[in-house]
Amino acid sequence: MKRTRSNEPLLWLLFSAGGVVSAMLMPVHLFLFAVAFPLGWLDPPSDETLLALIRQPLVRVYLFVFCFLSLFHGAHRFRFTLYDGLQIKHLNELINVLCYGGALVGTVTAAYLLWRVP
Amino acid sequence: MINPTEYLPKSYHRRVSTYWWLARRPYLKFILREASSVFVGWTVLLTLLQIWAVTRGPSANAAFHEWMRHPLMLGVNVIAFLFVLFHAVTWFSLTPKAMVIRVKGQRVPDWAISGPTYAVWVLVSLGVAWVVLRG
Repeated sequence: MKRTRSNEPLLWLLFSAGGVVSAMLMPVHLFLFAVAFPLGWLDPPSDETLLALIRQPLVRVYLFVFCFLSLFHGAHRFRFTLYDGLQIKHLNELINVLCYGGALVGTVTAAYLLWRVP
Repeated sequence: MINPTEYLPKSYHRRVSTYWWLARRPYLKFILREASSVFVGWTVLLTLLQIWAVTRGPSANAAFHEWMRHPLMLGVNVIAFLFVLFHAVTWFSLTPKAMVIRVKGQRVPDWAISGPTYAVWVLVSLGVAWVVLRG
């Protein structure tokens, strides 16, 4: 008998790891870069400072993990939002491909951008 | 192949409205929590764009900053911030439900698990802010 292995445990593992990472880090990231700096509440660091920051290997690893795990968390949760919330069950396979495919494209993009930091 | 269910009585399924989550407040809270996934994806997209701009040089940086100051972007980003905050609070308050710890046969109370989690959250946030702001 052929045994088929399910991908679900891995996807749930990525979902919870990404849930922790995004819950811990996203509020402060968004508050600083998307609200406080554009509104002038806080003095933003110069672009040279940010470049010097992302030149550090540790910061690049941090940003990669931040993007990779958050994307797979978001993809998994969005898949079930469509499934339970909007009851789009007949498009299941297409939705899976778009959600996890999108997360994969984002992860590869993050790796590429961080790899070629001058 | 013959579909076996054709010969079985069909079970009765009550049709649930597509908008079932509007019926009760806890349902709405559930769907809003799930909708935070969209804003988690949005935050990663912003991060990737900023990494791209920072490595690209002054003109890309200027364009990125101007775009972030646009009123429409500010509106979207304030909403995104509230959603990720909601995700964080619901995630940390669920931690004691997902992680049951027993000491001497007694279940450790919820606050003893969620309390330290919130403390770590505050420390991590301050740490990130310090690295970004110290200049």
